[in-house]
Amino acid sequence: MKRREFIKKGLQAGTIIGASLSFPGFVSNYIFKENYSLSGNYDLVAIKGGEPDKMFDEGIKSLGGMKAFVKKNQTVVIKPNIGWDANPERAANTNPKLVARVIEHCYEAGAKKVYVFDHTCDDWKRCYSNSGIEKAVKDAGGEIVPGNSESYYQDVEIKKGVKLKRDKVHELILDCDVFINIPILKHHGSTRLTISMKNLMGTVWDRGYWHRTDLHQCIADFSTFRKPDLNIVDAYYVMKKNGPRGVSLADVVIMKSQIISTDIVAADVAATKLFGMNPDDIQYISLAHKLGVGTKNLESLRINRIIL
Amino acid sequence: MIDFTEQIPPAFTKYVLYFQFIPSLLKSLAAFTILSTGFLLVLLLTALFGRIYCSTICPLGFLQDIINYITKKIKKRKRRFEYLKEQKILRWSFLAFCVVLFLFGFAIGINLLDPYSIYGRIAGNIFRPTVIGLNNFISSILTNFKIYSLYPYEIKSFNLIPFLITISFLILIAYLSVKKGRLYCNTVCPVGTLLGYISKYSFFKIIIKDEECLSCGLCERDCKANCIDSDSKIVDMSRCVMCFDCISLCPTNGITFDYKKSIKTPEPELVEVDESKRNFLISTGVYLTSLSTILAQVKKQIVVTKPSTVPIFRKYAISPPGSQSIKRFNSICTACHLCVSSCPTQVLQPSFLEYGFTGMLQPRLNNKSGYCNFDCNICSEVCPTGAILPIDIEKKKLTQLGVAKFIKENCIVYTQRTECGACSEHCPTKAVHMIPFENNLVIPEVREEYCIGCGACEYACPVKPYKAIYVEGNPIHKTAKKNIEEEKPQQKVDYKEEFPF
Ligand code: SF4
Ligand code: SF4
Repeated sequence: MKRREFIKKGLQAGTIIGASLSFPGFVSNYIFKENYSLSGNYDLVAIKGGEPDKMFDEGIKSLGGMKAFVKKNQTVVIKPNIGWDANPERAANTNPKLVARVIEHCYEAGAKKVYVFDHTCDDWKRCYSNSGIEKAVKDAGGEIVPGNSESYYQDVEIKKGVKLKRDKVHELILDCDVFINIPILKHHGSTRLTISMKNLMGTVWDRGYWHRTDLHQCIADFSTFRKPDLNIVDAYYVMKKNGPRGVSLADVVIMKSQIISTDIVAADVAATKLFGMNPDDIQYISLAHKLGVGTKNLESLRINRIIL
Repeated sequence: MIDFTEQIPPAFTKYVLYFQFIPSLLKSLAAFTILSTGFLLVLLLTALFGRIYCSTICPLGFLQDIINYITKKIKKRKRRFEYLKEQKILRWSFLAFCVVLFLFGFAIGINLLDPYSIYGRIAGNIFRPTVIGLNNFISSILTNFKIYSLYPYEIKSFNLIPFLITISFLILIAYLSVKKGRLYCNTVCPVGTLLGYISKYSFFKIIIKDEECLSCGLCERDCKANCIDSDSKIVDMSRCVMCFDCISLCPTNGITFDYKKSIKTPEPELVEVDESKRNFLISTGVYLTSLSTILAQVKKQIVVTKPSTVPIFRKYAISPPGSQSIKRFNSICTACHLCVSSCPTQVLQPSFLEYGFTGMLQPRLNNKSGYCNFDCNICSEVCPTGAILPIDIEKKKLTQLGVAKFIKENCIVYTQRTECGACSEHCPTKAVHMIPFENNLVIPEVREEYCIGCGACEYACPVKPYKAIYVEGNPIHKTAKKNIEEEKPQQKVDYKEEFPF
């Protein structure tokens, strides 16, 4: 958020504040929440310092609550990262607590059905159970769907794709009303980082094709196909090296952060900065920006920053 | 075997397979444990009651009974058997064939003739795909209605030769059992021969009582083991499989299961056929469905951007973790394919000539169909013969089955100058890591000392037709170095710090 906007909104609320935007800690946080949580007209919200579910509760308010995305009787598809046979602390998969909380929000907003799936890398049954996500989804009343059979994938055309013109996409993605993307922020050996856009790779059948046909371009191309309605970047446990699979707990730091945005590119830019890297070093971000998927200029966005 | 949904815990098979003679015997030779003493009990049982094993424990015997039951129902007339002379020389030579080869370190004889292993292969290569085919068919219907509780199971690899061998065994055995009763059990089966000769001296026997026998010959005609000579009133105990059909058939009490003269009531027949028969019928009925799925898989071809040029020649096949060395494995494994059916990633596949002729049908890791899951040791838990010895999971994670070899000339990063890194992504030990290459690109490098040969890199490598990274098997498994350099913990972060944007 820009300083000018900040003051303007501050005035609307009848409070004159001399503090600058960079004012850290409790005060600015308090004011932000007071003024904007009701209006929910932010493009991106970044939260720090809480549990995954708590952070989401706080964060989603700034975007107008889940009701702004899920209408009554709609079907929702959630795509977390469940790629690896590893427990949650290893930070290879999205935090199950967060997934569960998002599902609960969807149902509160009136969703008819919430599906969750991923096309995993390791054996899917082991991934689903050892990541803790299968249980979390079931407990929250969602339905966990397999993603590892070609019969679920349908041929689609990617009109705006530069190199990726066709692909086989999971039928749920094609069929749902609302698509929520919940990646985990982590190091990645070849693309440098995997965040929201890279997470979409788990919705297609033939990943090998991306790998052999200019990986970065394919990632950018595919994000033009069906942009998620909401991207929630889990950065509670963050794998800092040896990604995307990780070797041991030593790869992981506890960052207790989260980024939520409707703009998939912006979410990735913010997450990259949070990770401590320069977004320009991650090719697919610039490529997606060029294709008009979203913006990599965070200055043009209204951002809420919350430190709990 | 057929349980592809992995509902049955692997440890369970230990108990089920406890009584399987050959596996249990081999396991005791490989590593003696309480759980591998089943064969002793079988010997004891045989010494007391004769070849009970063949009628109630042996799965192949059971299968033959089912086949017979079905043909009987279809043909609606009684089968006619008659007393056959014993083929002594043949019997002993089959047994000797297995034993001698085994002593020379080849399991191939047992592999081909052991009834449990034959049954295992039939179940794993024929029944299992059949059931899967049925499952896939139903689940595809359900999916149309957005019901995902039943999911399709992908068969990732189809091994033609092992399949053909298995199916010819099935046909042969089915033919023999319909035409000649238990001819396989009584002439070919090495276990049958061994137990048969113990049976000859068993405590309880089938005895024809002169005083009550009418010499009607009913028993002879219904004896599937062809071992009753009603004219001379002799039962050849070395071939009797203890089905007790004759006893229930005899119009008088002319034939009994008896210890000397004291008359005992015969034990009820233990074989229960009804449900299995139904399963079997369903299986055969949907067999075509599964075949078509397999064919569809074979057909699928994806166009490649730039084909790789350097072919791969593997010197050694990769044997499963816990097998310790190819030589050891080859000399014990009877190719029952229980591990093949249990392997969650389907990396274990029957071999054809990868281990050489004498290792035919024994499973090996096929990195085209999957890779060995880092946190898994299921095959070592289910293996009934001890060819794959139980291996602790932490030990397994450092057991080097083979070593990854990188072929730069095939690698996408090199040929196309675009990013890839699929191999390093999948590597659980980070033995393959990415190092700087031209213009900001990164290219894989293998640090062999950390590699455990799981094949994840080879499986993930997207280049066609030849992969740019492959695993060369270790004829003797080694121990990989632990990747300690990756164990330095990361710095803590301050949650209250401002956002960097
Ligand atoms: S340890 Fe490896 S080969 Fe054995 S069952 Fe598990 S994944 Fe398959
Ligand atoms: S280099 Fe390949 S074979 Fe070796 S441990 Fe890594 S993924 Fe497995």
